[in-house]
Amino acid sequence: MAKLSIAVSSKDHRQGDPAAPCTLVEYGDYQCPSCGQAYPIVKRVQKHFGKRLSFVFRNFPLSQMHRYAESAAETAEFAAAHDKFWQMHDLLYENQDRLGNELWIELAQELHLASAQLTEALETKEFQPRVKADFSGGVRSGVNGTPTFFINSVRHDGSYDFASLVEAIDQALE
Amino acid sequence: MTILTAGTAAPDFSLRVTPEQKLSLSELRGKPVILAFYPADWSPVCGDQMALYNEVLPEFQSYGAELIGISVDGAWCHAAYAKDHNLHFPLGADFEPKGAVSRSYGAYREGDGFSERALFVIDKSGVITWSYCSPVAVNPGADGILQALEELGK
Repeated sequence: MAKLSIAVSSKDHRQGDPAAPCTLVEYGDYQCPSCGQAYPIVKRVQKHFGKRLSFVFRNFPLSQMHRYAESAAETAEFAAAHDKFWQMHDLLYENQDRLGNELWIELAQELHLASAQLTEALETKEFQPRVKADFSGGVRSGVNGTPTFFINSVRHDGSYDFASLVEAIDQALE
Repeated sequence: MTILTAGTAAPDFSLRVTPEQKLSLSELRGKPVILAFYPADWSPVCGDQMALYNEVLPEFQSYGAELIGISVDGAWCHAAYAKDHNLHFPLGADFEPKGAVSRSYGAYREGDGFSERALFVIDKSGVITWSYCSPVAVNPGADGILQALEELGK
């Protein structure tokens, strides 16, 4: 049974109460179509459980296969540095069909972030170490593709449709 | 059929890795080697085991290790698959006689006619130090391999 090797901490991007009885961690790739499908499902799951669930997103870009995955992840980390991680995370998934530099700039402007600063951060790979650290920790935890979910630190090997995730989280809450 | 376990000498083989080129395990003596047997090229993309290993390759290489993927697909099939997935490690074609190398590691599924999803870590002297056979439908990830490589360094 694969377990999360890097505990959830204040360094993570988290929605919900850190003291919630259940934490759902997703290792995801912004260009992965399966992650795109999981995105609205996770929203529904969060709504379903309300305060009983907190949600953490960690980067797992398959950059050899997805050419925009790394820069998308770095764009989200740039937004995080300005306290806008989740807005950017959501916008990236909602615009998954048109990833690329033009979109990064457009979304930065939409979130009132300095787009020139974003361009510079991407060029200097300022946020690459953060993304790589997420990836590396994920590999050691047994992440075997995207998306991979962990429920209270245990890898969820079942399907990630709404009913399966709800059932697995219900079990963790028992 | 059960897979070979730690302590066993790794059976040597010579497999076609491109339509023109062969690779022998014995050529890699002196380095740790990871053998990843898998059922077939072209399995679903985001959960694809070889695509994952391609991403983790720099970490494998930081241990000086060489990775070889092995399935019963032919060299031309491997070439197309490797190109499509931008793979940076060799894929051996266990194609003729079909599955012979997989069989020698106990990693062949007779009824199905393809390899198990089996992993082997071999030390620099050619002895298996870790092996793992995953259910065919489950991508075993890379954590076990990294742990085995770490153990080698000790």
